[in-house]
Amino acid sequence: MPPFALDLAYITAGLLLVLGLKALGSPDTARRGNAMAAGAMLLAIVATLLDRAIVSHGTLAVGLITGAILGALLARLVRMTAMPQLVAVFNGLGGGASALVAGAELLGPGHSGPGAGAAVAGAIGILVGSVTFSGSVIAFGKLQGFVPSRPLLFPLRKVVSAVLLAALLAGAVWMGLGHTEPEVIFAMAAVAFLLGILLVIPIGGADMPVVVSLLNSYSGLAAAAAGFVLGNPLLILAGALVGAAGLILTRLMCRAMNRSLANVAFGAFGGGDAGPSAEAGDRTVRRSNAEEVALLLGYASRVVIVPGYGLAVAQAQHETKKLTDLLVARGVEVVFAIHPVAGRMPGHMNVLLAEADLPWDLLLDLDEVNPAMERTDVVVVVGANDVVNPDARDPASAIAGMPIVEADLARSVVVIKRSLSTGFAGIDNPLFYLDRTLMLFSDARQAMADLAREVRELQ
Amino acid sequence: MADWTLGLYVFVLAMLVGIELIRRVPPTLHTPLMSGANAISGISLLGALLVAGDGSGGLSTALGLAAVVFATVNVVGGFLVTDRMLQMFRRRDDSPPRN
Repeated sequence: MPPFALDLAYITAGLLLVLGLKALGSPDTARRGNAMAAGAMLLAIVATLLDRAIVSHGTLAVGLITGAILGALLARLVRMTAMPQLVAVFNGLGGGASALVAGAELLGPGHSGPGAGAAVAGAIGILVGSVTFSGSVIAFGKLQGFVPSRPLLFPLRKVVSAVLLAALLAGAVWMGLGHTEPEVIFAMAAVAFLLGILLVIPIGGADMPVVVSLLNSYSGLAAAAAGFVLGNPLLILAGALVGAAGLILTRLMCRAMNRSLANVAFGAFGGGDAGPSAEAGDRTVRRSNAEEVALLLGYASRVVIVPGYGLAVAQAQHETKKLTDLLVARGVEVVFAIHPVAGRMPGHMNVLLAEADLPWDLLLDLDEVNPAMERTDVVVVVGANDVVNPDARDPASAIAGMPIVEADLARSVVVIKRSLSTGFAGIDNPLFYLDRTLMLFSDARQAMADLAREVRELQ
Repeated sequence: MADWTLGLYVFVLAMLVGIELIRRVPPTLHTPLMSGANAISGISLLGALLVAGDGSGGLSTALGLAAVVFATVNVVGGFLVTDRMLQMFRRRDDSPPRN
């Protein structure tokens, strides 16, 4: 394949990637966009395999087929609730691959000495790629539950992390000065691997949406760095696109919790060590039952359902869909209020509800749902807590300034919860004690099934 | 050095394009967007093929081959799972899923 043909294929692939990413951003074209991006990747892979520099096609075929089978199996078998784990695994593999490519290229033959630029880019690729790899392993462990999801704190963690980072930056300069021996490269990878673990392990489970977004961004940046080592503009282009996407999602997630990235990284939020508030005992809640709530819902004209992660844990999506259908059939307007951090990664709750066949245009974000809250008859909060806590408006609160679903502005509120326990933030929720709030103490799935049954029996 | 500068141009402009493209994506698509972007980050597969396939043998080839497997899982799995999710998204009025 002549060089210009390869360049032409790469440019076409780059164009398709950008157009595909654009199409991914709109519900009606998203599927086509994903297919375009996949096509771009296939084109680039085929063009690369035809490159004259590649001789051992048999070995590569083994690697490609092994990877494709594994990838297809994972994609096919994963449950939608486990999507954040899968994305963490894929992030880690992508970052790991970029680190390996950067390292292998520097170690490869024909490099009487890579240029200073390539060496520094390689160092950055190894650093970011390895951090992504090990950080994703820990994030996966926390999401899956075999690494404790509470923040694991250890003394001097900020100092240790800072020292490791400084050592890595010094190593990058050292490599730029021409020291690209295997020992240096492996030492860089090992230290970066350790840093990735130390950066993610102190972060609590509730902050995983931020971590997953950030690691997504890193995996892109690592690919771009590998592109600099190889002098391959397509890697740089694609890596930068992904890096940007991850950064934007990270920012959105931080804003949804009203916290800075530094606060997420070092704040050790969601420790659960803050006990339930002392005043919880002196106030009373109105305990209700499925029959009473069904009556309220069945004769409402507008109902807003606020799903939290508890709904997904209880696998209550399909019961929720049934209840929604029954209410809609009675002429009730039903919409869902989705807080950005309702799931374990950005947009996770939307996927879980889509799986239960709930149309995406019923799922509203805060800006869409809050202005209409005052003309809403009933808000049903299922398995959510902090995201409906009116205390967020109080500057003295631990969650001050966090954007919330303004459930307390509705005419009446139903909270479905197993008990009066506090949320991730470990603080009390005044919403539960309002006069117009009914508490339905139950498992989310059971409650939704009961409500559906009771609504069906209404005249 | 010219290569470097050129790469930097591509990087900076692509970051800007990425930010402009992603900024207005509705929250409902954030998960598929992230897993799709994630698949794209497996682009380092191209580099992996080049370093693993140059027939040099030795350490560099072994690392490259590991990278081929890693990146292929990322690319194939990423695009497939994104498609699986997007299949489920439908509007209120159309009963069968779109596309």
